[in-house]
Amino acid sequence: MTGIGIWGNNIPVGWGWDIVCFVWWIGIGHAGTLISAILLLLRQSWRNSINRFAEAMTVFAVACAGMYPILHLGRPWLPYWLLPLPGTLNMWPNFRSPLIWDVFAVSTYATISIVFWYVGMLPDLATLRDHAKAKVARFAYGMAALGWRNSSRHWANYEMASLLLAGLSTPLVLSVHSIVSFDFSVGIVPGWHTTVFPPYFVAGAVFAGFAMVLTLVLPLRPLFKLKDFITERHLQNMAKVMLTTGLIVAYGYVLEIWAAFYSGNEFEIFMVLNRFTGPYAVQYWLLILCNILVPQLLWFRQVRSNVWALWVIAMFINVGMWLERFVIIVVSLSRDYVPSNWAMYHGTKWDIAVFAGTIGLFLTLLLLFIRFLPALNMFEMRVLTPEAKKAHGEEK
Amino acid sequence: MHGPHTEPLLHGVMAEFRNPEELLEAIGAAKAAGFTKLDAYTPYPIEKVFDALDLHHSKLPLLVLGASIVGAVGVFGFAYWASAIDYPLNIGGRPLNSWPAFIPATFEGAIFHGGLAAALGMLLLNGLPRPHHPVFNVQRFVEHASKDGYFLVVESDDPKFDGPSVRRFLEGLAPVEVNEVEN
Repeated sequence: MTGIGIWGNNIPVGWGWDIVCFVWWIGIGHAGTLISAILLLLRQSWRNSINRFAEAMTVFAVACAGMYPILHLGRPWLPYWLLPLPGTLNMWPNFRSPLIWDVFAVSTYATISIVFWYVGMLPDLATLRDHAKAKVARFAYGMAALGWRNSSRHWANYEMASLLLAGLSTPLVLSVHSIVSFDFSVGIVPGWHTTVFPPYFVAGAVFAGFAMVLTLVLPLRPLFKLKDFITERHLQNMAKVMLTTGLIVAYGYVLEIWAAFYSGNEFEIFMVLNRFTGPYAVQYWLLILCNILVPQLLWFRQVRSNVWALWVIAMFINVGMWLERFVIIVVSLSRDYVPSNWAMYHGTKWDIAVFAGTIGLFLTLLLLFIRFLPALNMFEMRVLTPEAKKAHGEEK
Repeated sequence: MHGPHTEPLLHGVMAEFRNPEELLEAIGAAKAAGFTKLDAYTPYPIEKVFDALDLHHSKLPLLVLGASIVGAVGVFGFAYWASAIDYPLNIGGRPLNSWPAFIPATFEGAIFHGGLAAALGMLLLNGLPRPHHPVFNVQRFVEHASKDGYFLVVESDDPKFDGPSVRRFLEGLAPVEVNEVEN
């Protein structure tokens, strides 16, 4: 066995941990865009202290997600075949396939997330340049800052660019997970072919993403003494977003069951019963526990203001959202229309190793980011100083 | 283009203020005195400074709109050409121009080009990248512009500009410091 043969994938379960983890990582990235773009448009200024960090998380999560389709190609040195490039093959990708939509969506998402992140950092890179003591650092930050000099003429265009990027990122983030859900819902596999998938996937992505933000921010807050910047209010608000999106996800689960019975289609009904009592019932009920039951604790203020409780709940959601994708993908594929076609699927140790590898990549990039780049948005923090508040006084 | 002989010696005269109110007052006074080529440098964007300097006419939105339209038309056109003309593929007897299926890629094409245009257009309109600029010749600017200094520059291409009198004018506004910005 070589290549992706060492994974647990088989026929009929041609997608396993690889796409489960792909969707999981993409979903995590979405909270970053939500915080940086949607909350900017909604003028939620509390986001200012966490947006840089959340954008970085988006970029790194998308990098991890991108590993999976590339590795799943089996020939990871040929990912450019996915793009419509003229070549000796004399073929074009099939624009009617959700998989090529996914290529466009994810590559656009990665590009725009990096651009948004970098543009957001420009003024802060200039600050680091102005205050760097070491010559190497001054040169490196100077090059990265592109000569930013805090001119008002620049700021005016800059603010416009931020607004436009936020305006473009908002429909983008909604489209990306909708298109990821099309990978499934355009197919005619039982349990996939429903119209609830796009909103249900987007809500799940935000749910998972906020859980990941909390998972990372809660330990970093005491470690880097950020309690004045990432306050109780941030944690409260993030917990409330999690509770809300969690309820939307729960609605999605209920609607899936309802739609199956309403359809009267025996394969759809079988799929639901198979989730409840079939070979993967343990995963299904664990998913219900992690994603629906445990997050209900967030209704209580005492729970939302207890960092330990929040962290544990966030971990439950991280696990729950991974299980959700596992249940959607594996339960449906392993028991489709013809019983002679059925097969069990189990991830192998190599699936686990690749997943662990992406977590390692994510943490490495994140730690490098915290070490070398401005992890908090410095210029937006300056707006919180007393003299700045006076200058903005009449607008707020 | 200025040749080495015609380049003015000064980029302008720079005054530093302690807070945004003082800066705004100074901008008002400079405008009242008839100066037109003014730029302010602040550690964070200040809406009222944009108002005072009349900086609300960014061309960026049009640029982004144009790029998004080009992106959308380009991707849709390509998908149509690839699927219906260059490599027609009959899938279940569906029309070759199965346009609803081309929409997701078209949408992403619009966002991709619009987003890049927003970032690159911002740099282009700001004349960046430009690693060095005369204002960096002022030591206090380097130390305070990205921290807590609010600077006003009367630039030398202002028709009313003449070094010593501009300096005297700015000194009358009670700044922290006034500096000639050498080219």
